[in-house]
Amino acid sequence: MRAKLVRLRALVIKETRQVVRDPSSIAIGVVLPLILIVLFGYGLSLDVKNVPVAVVLENPTPEALDLASGFQLSPYFHPVMRRSMAPAVELLREHKVDGIVRLSQDFSRQLATGQAPVQLIVHGGDANRARIIEGYVDGVVAGWAARRAAQGQGVSSPPVSIEARLWFNEANDSSYFLVPGLVVLVMTLIGGLLTAMVMAREWERGTLESLLVTPVRSDEILLGKTLPYFALALVGFTLCVLSSQFLFHVPLRGSFLILFGASMLYVLIALGIGLLISAWVKNQLVASQLTMLVTFLPAFMLSGFLFDIRSMPTVVRLITYVLPARYYVALLQSVFLAGNVASVIVPSTLVLAAMAAALALGSRAAMNKRLA
Amino acid sequence: MSGAIAALARIVALTRKELLAVLKDKRSRMSLLVPPIVQSLIFGYAASYDLNHVPYASMDEDRSAASTELLSRLDGSGVFERVADVTRERDIATLIDARKALLVVHIGPLFERQLMMGGTAAVQVIADGRNSNTAGTALNYVSNIVDRFNGDWIHDHGGQAVQVQTVARAWYNPNLETRWFMIPGMIGTLTLLQTMMLTAMSVAREREQGTFDQLLVTPFTPFEIMAGKAMPSMVIGTIQATGVLLVAQLWFRIPFVGAYVTLYAGLMLFLLAAVGMGLLISAVSATMQQSMLYSMLLIMPFSLLSGLTTPISSMPRWVQYLTSINPLSYAIDITRRVYLEGAGLGLLSADLWPLALIAMLTLSGAAWTFGRRLQ
Repeated sequence: MRAKLVRLRALVIKETRQVVRDPSSIAIGVVLPLILIVLFGYGLSLDVKNVPVAVVLENPTPEALDLASGFQLSPYFHPVMRRSMAPAVELLREHKVDGIVRLSQDFSRQLATGQAPVQLIVHGGDANRARIIEGYVDGVVAGWAARRAAQGQGVSSPPVSIEARLWFNEANDSSYFLVPGLVVLVMTLIGGLLTAMVMAREWERGTLESLLVTPVRSDEILLGKTLPYFALALVGFTLCVLSSQFLFHVPLRGSFLILFGASMLYVLIALGIGLLISAWVKNQLVASQLTMLVTFLPAFMLSGFLFDIRSMPTVVRLITYVLPARYYVALLQSVFLAGNVASVIVPSTLVLAAMAAALALGSRAAMNKRLA
Repeated sequence: MSGAIAALARIVALTRKELLAVLKDKRSRMSLLVPPIVQSLIFGYAASYDLNHVPYASMDEDRSAASTELLSRLDGSGVFERVADVTRERDIATLIDARKALLVVHIGPLFERQLMMGGTAAVQVIADGRNSNTAGTALNYVSNIVDRFNGDWIHDHGGQAVQVQTVARAWYNPNLETRWFMIPGMIGTLTLLQTMMLTAMSVAREREQGTFDQLLVTPFTPFEIMAGKAMPSMVIGTIQATGVLLVAQLWFRIPFVGAYVTLYAGLMLFLLAAVGMGLLISAVSATMQQSMLYSMLLIMPFSLLSGLTTPISSMPRWVQYLTSINPLSYAIDITRRVYLEGAGLGLLSADLWPLALIAMLTLSGAAWTFGRRLQ
């Protein structure tokens, strides 16, 4: 037992030196999380503001001018005025504007007889953005109609109105849903990518064989490889949590211990995947590509932090069930924003623990098979 | 003249050797050709902000004909699926907390009476804001359904119609499908990753194994070595881009409006820029691990700030300036505009010349560092 610890200690020291001396490991353990934090904090946003639109006033009657001024006053729009459709269409084609609001020649006349359509053409390329813009235009038009109603010109209160309440994120702050994504990406990168490369390099250079003929046992090698990167992941985790609290001001409504425990489980899984891949392909180029494909991209696209899993087709949804990132994201979103929700946290933690155990056994078996 | 031909022959020989090195191993061949296709399929289905399956619960305190009608419209929309009818306020929290329902529609006891009296009846909709974007989209869907309900109610029961109404139409993507926007954007994104890494790592591998010095003592000039390293990545990048393009057209049936010549011209410039960056990375890294990690350090910000998943126009101004050195943001703009709008070279010049500039700067920078190694 004692000898085992001595051997393990020696391996950890060797591996740690390798990490510390290689600037690229530090880059991925510290610099990359920092870059991601800045990008997520300031770069990514789905909020739509200052939308450039062309307002086409074919006949500048007082009513039409009044409605057009509603667009000028709105913080969501940055309107340019045109007198006919042709130049506005040109602007849309050149991507100078995202939409065209057309008040037709007989807008005022139609208004007097009861029904006046406001034509809106949005650039549908980005469907999400287009939908948001449609909502904003509706808002400006409805606001104008309400102002007219208040002045006694026409009545326009709808029979049913919606009172929307956004739980857990009352202010609709998009950093609230980006932070869990940030944590997942950082943990995935540190855990998966680094270990995959390190082991594949030992295989490629044949140094693993020389390590195997020494008295160290294969599980000691695995542990010795894992511990330094585990420590590096802890650094990344600390950076993420600190920034979530002091930079993004995202509330941590659940317990920190649960957050910490689950994150450590997830790092173990990521490390395990990295080890398994490298033991399987034994080639740095392929190992790095494969790690990106099975860990990073799915964590970004399929984990549910950005895109809703429930709306994916069945086959893709089934794939998400085997992704550890899916459970980790669900858990993070709840712990940060909703609190200690047992109905989410308990099942997710159990699945993560099972995956970690399976991967530990799997990578040990993969090592031993190489020996035989 | 014969010198140029000999140089060309040497470049072709080196390209052939590089391609063989990458493609002769089955795993490495698979890792280059299969992933872009599989990813474009999976992400094409997954990467969408559109919702088609929203579990919701109702809390109907009115239980009148009108409230039942409103709820049945939600049920009939094909998007909303009622998972529970609750009667107590605290059940709402249980359902939302456990993610059983994304929305809870709460109709008060006076709903129908207020409607009949010609007043406005409020319906409370509670949404799970843990993913606020999804919640916002779902609320938007609800408000569209309620709008239609209002229109029909006025039609059937009289009352003054809403006077102004927006009639919206979306150009280039009439049904507002996110997929149409995402998949053409992926042509660049999926190829960038492997093109850049492949270039960076192929030089780093030679260096790590000590064969780079052997290469330098051959009759190859530094420029020829560089060209020989760049060509295979360009070839593989083009094949990958074509694969994604085929998936978009044949599998997802997204109509291609533009000209292939324009698209490929843009893609070539983009691949040149990506390869140039890969070569520069290889110049500063001593091992394959370093070259991969440095590639990651570039690819991550490039893909996050490319406009693929979140619009560039929503980024703060200084970040928008940063994206001007990002080849991927130009590539995505080019592929989307050629693909969906049929834009020609003239409309795209604002994207093309920065790409050409990036390619020129990185390639000449790489040639310079390659040459310096000799001294």
